[in-house]
Amino acid sequence: MNLQKTVKSTEFYVALIILLLCMVIQMKSGQFFTGNNLVDIVRAFSVPAMFCIGEMFVIITGGVDVSFPAIASLSMFVVCSQLEDVAANPLPYFLVAMLIGLAVGILNGVIIAHFKFPALIVTLGTSSICFGIMQGVFKSREYPLCAPLKEFGEMNLFSATNPVSGLTSNMPVGVVLMIVLVFFGWFILNRTMLGRGIYAIGGDVKAAQRAGFNVFGILVFIYAFSGCMAGLIGVLRSTMLLAVHPNNLEGMEMTVIAACVLGGVRMTGGKGSVLGAMLGMALLIIVDNSLILLGISTIWKKVFIGAIIIIGTAASAIEVKRNERKLAIKMNEGGK
Amino acid sequence: MSDYIIKATDIKKYFGGVKALDGVNIEIKKGEIHCLAGENGCGKSTIINIISGFYTPDSGTIEIDGMKYEKMNPKQAIANGVQVIYQDLSLFPNLTVMENLAINMEVAASRKFVSKTRMRKIAEEAIAKIGFEIDLDETVENLTVGMRQMIAISRALLNDAKLIIMDEPTTAITKREVKALFKIIKQLQAQGIAVLFVSHKLDEVFEIAERFTIFRNGKNVAAGNTKELDQNKFTYYMTGREIVSSRYEYTRENAPTVLEVKNLSLKNGFKDVSFCLKQGEIIGITGLLGSGRTELAETLFGYHVADSGQILIEDKPVEIRSIKAAIEHGIGYLPSDRVTEGLFLSQPIADNISIEKWHEYANCLGKIDRTKVEEMTRYWAKELSIALHNIEDPVGTLSGGNQQKCVLAKWLAIDLKVLILNGPTVGVDIGAKFDIYELVKRLAKQGLTVIIISDDLPEVLTNCNRVMVMRSGRLVETLSTQSLEESHLAELAN
Repeated sequence: MNLQKTVKSTEFYVALIILLLCMVIQMKSGQFFTGNNLVDIVRAFSVPAMFCIGEMFVIITGGVDVSFPAIASLSMFVVCSQLEDVAANPLPYFLVAMLIGLAVGILNGVIIAHFKFPALIVTLGTSSICFGIMQGVFKSREYPLCAPLKEFGEMNLFSATNPVSGLTSNMPVGVVLMIVLVFFGWFILNRTMLGRGIYAIGGDVKAAQRAGFNVFGILVFIYAFSGCMAGLIGVLRSTMLLAVHPNNLEGMEMTVIAACVLGGVRMTGGKGSVLGAMLGMALLIIVDNSLILLGISTIWKKVFIGAIIIIGTAASAIEVKRNERKLAIKMNEGGK
Repeated sequence: MSDYIIKATDIKKYFGGVKALDGVNIEIKKGEIHCLAGENGCGKSTIINIISGFYTPDSGTIEIDGMKYEKMNPKQAIANGVQVIYQDLSLFPNLTVMENLAINMEVAASRKFVSKTRMRKIAEEAIAKIGFEIDLDETVENLTVGMRQMIAISRALLNDAKLIIMDEPTTAITKREVKALFKIIKQLQAQGIAVLFVSHKLDEVFEIAERFTIFRNGKNVAAGNTKELDQNKFTYYMTGREIVSSRYEYTRENAPTVLEVKNLSLKNGFKDVSFCLKQGEIIGITGLLGSGRTELAETLFGYHVADSGQILIEDKPVEIRSIKAAIEHGIGYLPSDRVTEGLFLSQPIADNISIEKWHEYANCLGKIDRTKVEEMTRYWAKELSIALHNIEDPVGTLSGGNQQKCVLAKWLAIDLKVLILNGPTVGVDIGAKFDIYELVKRLAKQGLTVIIISDDLPEVLTNCNRVMVMRSGRLVETLSTQSLEESHLAELAN
């Protein structure tokens, strides 16, 4: 990619904003570039960032998935409450949660791909069903974490202590999972024909069909993938919180979609990069985590996030307008 | 070996009891340019889908290069060198030129991983076939329709094409791009590739095709050499009726001025445009896409606000700062894209036609009197001979010509002084086209002033009494159409 294109990209602007924001926070508080703060940010970043990967796949095909918080909560709660003391290591818990997520994801995918129903409505429906089952059938409530998962949650890669405040933050093992998933997402989108198919469907479904892509298969795959990862992330989240909070993830879909849009993932499909979505999420997390450092009451957090979303969307809309204009001018020149 | 690349004989195709094709024949020789013409719904797209293997005919045989097929699937058609370029081009606007060119080949080869070097090689090979230069890393959505078409053609050539079917390739591109396209088609012919060119524009058929086939209502009505064809025969074959078109004669030299524009300018649109229209005049505006003609129309209709200049209606200066203001001053606008700008496709025909009258039909609580809506819809449907089953059907179920008549009806229902038509007959059948011409002339005789913006020079010449030519945002010439030659106008416009 050449320099000119890089400077024009959404990713570049978001990165620039992040950089400026970090410097402002650092100047104001002197606390931003401290070990424990950075660890805290990465910790808060990891779960939503993982959700971002699955959501991105879906948005690039022109759909949207709002069911992943429900899928994650349901699989997490079922696994933690029903399989207590079944196994001594955490792996089976993760696998069962992934299977539950996969099943709901396939259901989403098949309904959306086969009946061509709007993805928002279908996933809203499955979301409600999942929360309903969790609350009705499994009587969800706060629940202690079983021993193997607790052990897994207490494992740390390293710790960072702030010499001034004496606060210590731990880097959870889950971060490794996040890095793996982000790389996997990038690899699928950029290096496989499956990824090209995802972009192709977002560009023009009919053309994708005529080109010979298995549109049904690809759509089922992305929703199944999103669901499966949601299962995994649900359990991971509980290990990071060291307790089972069934309603903790509600509302996460807005943050994740906002991060995608902010990072240049086009809501109508066809455009978006892993880097962009990650930067978008980083920006939201930094704002979220750092308002306190700036001495701003957390009450203002929502206002800030809302404003950032509007500004981010407006910026990309203006860019589209500018391109249209440019095209018109090009044609004018051709007419001389 | 046979002389014919494709020979389809006695093809019949039904869709749930509806006859789409009723025993049609089409024969295309190797390396010839063949034109398929016919009105909407005559079975053109059905036969294309049969030749390309997407539909299976209910009876009849297809012979490709001497090989007989009763059933053929798309893969077999492609293997035999049949390629279709659809009207929508089947490109991915969000991907790069390179990916668009190479992706079909890569999918066909069941590749699992992306290789940029391999894709680039395929793409370079593709554009070399028609000697076309383009930045392979540009995103397709940033390109003009003409360039996109070239990409679709180069992509089709990759699979050793022997027959390329182009479905109405000239509807969305400029005159200049049509010329470039025709050059490419001739070039393909020189390489021995046959082209089936679907069009209902006679001048194009004459210019490019050697032989033609015309369908009407799923039947063959004529086939032969284009040399034997003329305008009257062509229209007769397409519509089944004799249509005589006469030039519009404007006789009311003393009529009052209705619209006057003085030094009107819009940034990135047009500059210093001045003209004066009398009551009952039909004036044409022609020029290339991007010449500022659409922006001018949209400014008169209040969609853009002019940066400087003056608009006078009936000699009184007026401010047109919104569409509402334009309508209040009696200006109506039929947009070039009726589907996105002129109609609510999924809404009933009645609502689409009556929308400008709603405030009149509503009572004090805002409830609309449906009997009045129905009455007026029936009146206008009859007046404009709109072919419809039920006035509550969505307007999207009508053909292009009838949709256009609905947009017209909407404006005619309110008292207009000036009606601006932007490309009124694009994508409209010949039959409906002449209905629209007759209607416009009748209205002008009754005192309506009409502006027709169009690329179609014969359309401008026969229907307008004056024509203005725009180039790069400026009004370069205003001419009377009396004794104006088409070739002269074409020169000015390009």
